Amino acid sequence: MYTEKVMDHFANPRNVGEIADADGIGEVGNAKCGDIMKMYIKVKDDVITDVKFKTYGCGSAIATSSIATEMIKGHTIKEALELSNKAVVEALGGLPAHKIHCSVLAEQSIKAAIADYYTRQGIDPEPIVGKIPECEGGHCHI
Amino acid sequence: MEKRFVYADNAATTEISKPVMDVLCNTLSVYGNPSSLYDLGGKSLMVIDSAREQCAKAINADTKEIFFTSGGSESDNWAIKGMASVMQKKGKKHIISTAFEHHAVLHTLDYMKKQGFDVTLLPVHEDGLVRLDELKAAVREDTGLVTIMFANNEIGTIQPIAEIGAFCRENGIVFHTDAVQAVGNVEIDVKAMNIDMLSVSGHKIHAPKGVGMLYIRKGIAIDNLIHGGGQEKGRRAGTENIASIAAFGKAMELATADIPSKIAKVSKLRDRFIDGALKIERSRLNGDRDKRLCGNANLCFEGVEGESLLLLLDMNGICASSGSACTSGSLDPSHVLLAIGLKHEVAHGSLRVSINENTTEEDIDYILEKLPPIIERLRAMSPLWERIMKENA
Repeated sequence: MYTEKVMDHFANPRNVGEIADADGIGEVGNAKCGDIMKMYIKVKDDVITDVKFKTYGCGSAIATSSIATEMIKGHTIKEALELSNKAVVEALGGLPAHKIHCSVLAEQSIKAAIADYYTRQGIDPEPIVGKIPECEGGHCHI
Repeated sequence: MEKRFVYADNAATTEISKPVMDVLCNTLSVYGNPSSLYDLGGKSLMVIDSAREQCAKAINADTKEIFFTSGGSESDNWAIKGMASVMQKKGKKHIISTAFEHHAVLHTLDYMKKQGFDVTLLPVHEDGLVRLDELKAAVREDTGLVTIMFANNEIGTIQPIAEIGAFCRENGIVFHTDAVQAVGNVEIDVKAMNIDMLSVSGHKIHAPKGVGMLYIRKGIAIDNLIHGGGQEKGRRAGTENIASIAAFGKAMELATADIPSKIAKVSKLRDRFIDGALKIERSRLNGDRDKRLCGNANLCFEGVEGESLLLLLDMNGICASSGSACTSGSLDPSHVLLAIGLKHEVAHGSLRVSINENTTEEDIDYILEKLPPIIERLRAMSPLWERIMKENA
């Protein structure tokens, strides 16, 4: 069902954990749907210097968050905002159709963390990051 | 403990056993059409008749009441759709079932609803058991069929089938039971239990896939599902799958040969597993502890998701299953776990371990050795677990 790359990132997830003094934290998904992703970022001079994640969810949810952290670490915020779920899926060598929503969550968790970073800086994140869909309470049809 | 392979998904399907495999292989060469006149066909007929006797004996039925099918799903479809057609002719349109039936029953009932039938699904409560008084209360004048599974496929709870059967018989309501999980694990006597129709699947009892049966009590008239030739006394068309039927007959004989010994042996191992697994923090057993199949253990572990749990178990050589949404192929977790009142987020973290007579104490201890660190690992990276810990600090 899963590619070798997915299984590798699931079995050996990169950048798992928390950042105690994170500059931005983003959480998307909800328990009812069965997946929650939480992203922590450290930012210096517009560059994401460190990133960590915690995920509750299926194999592909863990794998997508893991590879997404690798894809933004050391990159600028602008580059991180350009990371699409499609790029995440491609980097994993593909995902089963019903697991694509995991890659969307990965993209959104990064955006949510960056939005939080801007909010902490006193900058309205919405014009830069866009709106992150609310998922609480119901089913995430993404 | 050294890495081993533990198959603990016997409620999903089973390995073909050696004696059944022998029968299967030895009858694959029996090719004569059983409906033909010549001796070659007669040989095939003898093989089928012998399997029919084995199947009848296994549930205390008469051979004329056994009809071979392609398996549990066909048997359930036939029983419900065949009975519904008869009900329609009598002006009856109400069917009673339960909320946690197998999809072969539930989805067939959804289809019947579209055909204009009324369906009442009885609640199964936290213990996963149907209440007889609730069945009695649900009965209407136009109730023509009650279909309630013998034992649940996910949580293994065994329903009060004899009581339900007696009540239905007294009230002239036809009673069907899906006994796919129960056969070989519970003593079944269709006469004593007043069962009118009963579905069985071969591959759950060490026979091959694609074969099963529907028991239809003498005198119960239902319409055909598969029309065509005159096989199975004109009630189920299609040239007989001789080798699979022979293997199925053997499997039925073996599965019901000594059920008390099997229950004694397997339930001891099941309890060893349940006791060990419940030592894990914030875990729970799903379904009644005692009224459950000897090989079924179904637990939830808060803060983890079932699919990732299964993947990590698989990496350790353990095959099990889960009722999480990710494994159910939909956005919702198992309808069975929701029917017993579990919250979505708890149901996502379910694990079903289904063992059988081939499971050893070492297998159980191996699972119990691997499971806690896997749960711990998933919880350590779970924001949900983090939240649960904060809320309960």
